[in-house]
Amino acid sequence: MQFFLNQNGTAVVEAIIETIQANAKYLSEIDGAIGDGDHGINMNKGVTLCKKELASRETGLADALKILSRILMMEIGGAMGPLYGTFFKAMSKACQDKERIDAGVFHEMLRAALAGVQDIGGAQVGDKTMLDTLVPAVEAYEAALQDGQDFSAALKSMQAAAAEGKESTKSLVAKVGRASRLGERSKGNLDPGATSCYLILNSAADAIVALIE
Amino acid sequence: MQRIINDPNAVVDEMLKGFVKCHSDLVAPTNNPRVLKWKKAPVAGKVGIVTGGGSGHKPAFIGYIGRNMVDAVAAGEIFSSPSAKAFYDAFKAADGGAGVACLFGNYAGDRMNVKMAIEMAEDDGLTVKTVVANDDVPSAPKEELEKRRGVAGEVLMWKIGGAKAALGGNLDAVIAAAQKAIDNTRSIGIGLTPCTIPAVGHPNFTIAERKMEVGIGHHGEPGIEVTDLKTADEMAAMMLDVILPDLPFAGKDEVVVLVSGLGATPVMELYILYQRVAEILDAKKINIYRSYVGNYFTSLEMMGVTLTVMKLDAELKALVDLEANSMGFKQFEE
Repeated sequence: MQFFLNQNGTAVVEAIIETIQANAKYLSEIDGAIGDGDHGINMNKGVTLCKKELASRETGLADALKILSRILMMEIGGAMGPLYGTFFKAMSKACQDKERIDAGVFHEMLRAALAGVQDIGGAQVGDKTMLDTLVPAVEAYEAALQDGQDFSAALKSMQAAAAEGKESTKSLVAKVGRASRLGERSKGNLDPGATSCYLILNSAADAIVALIE
Repeated sequence: MQRIINDPNAVVDEMLKGFVKCHSDLVAPTNNPRVLKWKKAPVAGKVGIVTGGGSGHKPAFIGYIGRNMVDAVAAGEIFSSPSAKAFYDAFKAADGGAGVACLFGNYAGDRMNVKMAIEMAEDDGLTVKTVVANDDVPSAPKEELEKRRGVAGEVLMWKIGGAKAALGGNLDAVIAAAQKAIDNTRSIGIGLTPCTIPAVGHPNFTIAERKMEVGIGHHGEPGIEVTDLKTADEMAAMMLDVILPDLPFAGKDEVVVLVSGLGATPVMELYILYQRVAEILDAKKINIYRSYVGNYFTSLEMMGVTLTVMKLDAELKALVDLEANSMGFKQFEE
């Protein structure tokens, strides 16, 4: 049975922070095409604050996720502050009393994150939002588990579906958020939220695979 | 980028510091550097008026803090919603025990952060009700009013809501008046040049030379069409052709007209546009009760203009007439 210890899970949040920092400029660029070009700036500001706080104390996965969520919600604002704040808060809650993070616990974390984002954002798959990455990613992860695959194989399925979901936003017309004001003109561009969601899931999965192997 | 700044990432904080120093007769800082309040807020027994939004729209939002206007404002990054914590701290700064009316614009980020802030306030037993401005006609068809964004009409919503609260209206009465104000308000913008967020460093959209974008949003959201650059008179007619049929406004209506520059257009040109707006309304027997021309709700250094028309009834007339003293909106009887 594959698992990692919650107390060793800070590495997952650190991986998320690193990938956002490395892609801050790229995220702002794609946001500039259909939004106002600040997605990378704001996400980078949030994760950088989180990194400082993580460096100052011992945490595990649940605590680190909670710190990240609190900073995004309290300090960042924008649309992404509440959306990712809710996302990470739900993930943290779903694992806070678990000593071991196995495939089942991570499944609960993904489900909770998805429910939280759907509740506050009110968007649907196909609206050209982060949900176009998140929903197929969660479904692929679930399908892999039902198929009898192990934790790391399910994470790989999740990564592939997240990548595909992110790419699917290129051909979509934005229905919610600022890009929806562009209508047809939002087509042909990746959705910044779907892209950052892919980067987050992808880096988290890589970090988890490294922890369990 | 030709700008008068220091660190592009510090423009909001440095601007807020300068604003407080300059307008210390009107505004005061709070424990949250992203929240400013009216010097006399909270006023015991008065409904607190709160707004907030992304920065870069001077005088909005902090410029409307003052007497008979807004009690506290949450300021976000450039063009980005304030955090939930900032809205919550603004609610606390404005709360005089009679509840808080949060009057803000229809943007996804603002809606989510206000929603979360209200949940936090409810845990403290503080009642917050909202009005979401949606005066921008080109941003969605009339059947989807709830999708329209809020633009310069927000200034009139704050004026009306602020006046109602100052005259002793309870929370429901303030909310009803502010809602009535925005329901009777229609706006449209025309953009001539793009704008640049300092931390981004380059314009994130383009408008070709000798072209203009009709229906542009306050953050450069694309409008309904890009046309050749027209004369001021033609622009006035085009703008009224969009907003008048939408309410619709009709002969004998009494209205407030607000013409706002988007940041880089000379105020002189706003008056050139206004004079034609007034002529057209006059020809349609629509009576201008009050007019405001100037930079009321801008979009960094964008060239362009927004036109806002609000239809009045007896209550709105009385409320719009009330004196007001804020940096961005001053009105005193002679």
